Amino acid sequence: MAKTLIEVENLSASYRKNTVLHNVNFEVKPGTLTGIVGPNGAGKSTLIKTMLNLHPALTGKVSFFGLPFPKVKKRIGYVPQRGSVDWDFPTDALDVVTMGLYGQIGWLKKTKEKHRKQALSALEKMGMKDYADRQISQLSGGQQQRVFLARALVQNADIYFMDEPLAGVDAATEQAIMTILKELKSIGKTVMVVHHDLQTVENYFDHVLLLNRTVLHHGKTERVFTKENVADAYGGNMRWMGGERQYELHSFK
Amino acid sequence: MSSILLNSNTQWVLVSTMILGIAAGIIGCLAYWKRQNLMSDALSHAALPGVVVAFLLFAEKNLLVLIVGAGISALVGAFLIQWITNASRISEDSAMGMILAVFYGFGIMLLTIANRSPGGNQSGLDSFIYGQAASMVKSDVITMLILALLVILVVLVGYKEWKIYLFDQEFAKGIGLSIKGMNAFYTIVLVTTIVIGIQAVGVILMAAMLIIPAVSARYWTQSFLVMILLSALFGGISGAVGTLISALGSGLPTGPFIVVVAASIFAFSLVFGKQKGLFINYIQYRLHQKRVRNGMQMKAEGAK
Repeated sequence: MAKTLIEVENLSASYRKNTVLHNVNFEVKPGTLTGIVGPNGAGKSTLIKTMLNLHPALTGKVSFFGLPFPKVKKRIGYVPQRGSVDWDFPTDALDVVTMGLYGQIGWLKKTKEKHRKQALSALEKMGMKDYADRQISQLSGGQQQRVFLARALVQNADIYFMDEPLAGVDAATEQAIMTILKELKSIGKTVMVVHHDLQTVENYFDHVLLLNRTVLHHGKTERVFTKENVADAYGGNMRWMGGERQYELHSFK
Repeated sequence: MSSILLNSNTQWVLVSTMILGIAAGIIGCLAYWKRQNLMSDALSHAALPGVVVAFLLFAEKNLLVLIVGAGISALVGAFLIQWITNASRISEDSAMGMILAVFYGFGIMLLTIANRSPGGNQSGLDSFIYGQAASMVKSDVITMLILALLVILVVLVGYKEWKIYLFDQEFAKGIGLSIKGMNAFYTIVLVTTIVIGIQAVGVILMAAMLIIPAVSARYWTQSFLVMILLSALFGGISGAVGTLISALGSGLPTGPFIVVVAASIFAFSLVFGKQKGLFINYIQYRLHQKRVRNGMQMKAEGAK
């Protein structure tokens, strides 16, 4: 069995006095594609941010390749939520993708032609080559998400964290993104994705982490993603609808 | 007019207000995308007490000493704004409004005291309120020039870093850029620009030098680099032309004239700007409307 790649021990985090994550423990093996699933406010984004030192951890320890985050940050790619940046910023798609290379280029050094080419090929991979010099404010939501993904691709990281890359994108973009995620997995990269749509979990991910302030269930999708476990994560307030993958959520007390 | 231009002191002053305009235009772009335009206003007002305290302590009007005083006072203001925002439920804009008013009021109070002190009347400290570029001497000008060039250099050398810092802080942090370091750099260049500008433009109107060129430049480009360069150009023109006009009369304050020139550039950009200027917007809308109408007409005729 492959050895552990990501190890999270006893992690907790809070916003002011509200503890949103508490006693989170899990391990991730290399070459897996994990969906982080849970209701709103379950701390999915916070989990990623805390693991990446973007949010302070109250307690606990996170290690990648057996090392703490600062030592391995160049090997980790992060795709934030699309809404986290100002898309009115005056720049084009190619420039945003090039930002993914800033770590490799080195601080205070100039971007060279080969970096532009690298960025362009990442855009091409996302089917966005024709939009390279398009203003980012003039891209649709799906296109913006593809640009973000292309920016993560050029980082050529070993581990990727993505915060709801499929939120609010059309079917074509969703397919394009999933193709890339599966490709990343097939070449041995490890990917963790915050995901919202319960209906597609089984098709998209080989591992699932059910989260609601703490890890409720984690493991291979076919074993973990069961009716009972999902109901567990969503507080039991859900009804299994007719077909195999139909869920409906109710929020009564 | 020509005699004014030939006067070597006026030439020096012109060069310094122009460089100041360029520096303020560049830093203004950073403040614009950090969405902190009001911050520059708060900090320039917060610089006033420092100027007066430095004067009272050293009893001489040496620009470097006054600038250091202004810088400390503005940094204290910046720190207080941050502290109030983090530690209390008061929002950032309220904190900035409070610091602006309190520091400025305190500064004016100290100024009154300074003016009553022996020799205070001739101090010329009043020029720090509305700005009096003509009162600057060569050593002041050299101090200003060096600091302004330093600020410009800091932004141009780290252009790539500033861009990612302003566009996507979380991602920047993820790939190893120190956001705390960048925040510190940002505050330092902002405060430096403000304090070197207050003698020429005055604490009240200094913010205009930072805000107006940047928003004017926004109307002409969709590239961050071009925006910075244009903003620098607009700032430089405003500084030079405003100083020139104020030099034509004796004792005219510089700040208001610089602002008027900057505002004229803005008004022109607002109407004729290539990017969503009012006039261009209107023309584009009408042209498009015509095209759509023609298209519908042709369809209707084709259906007949």
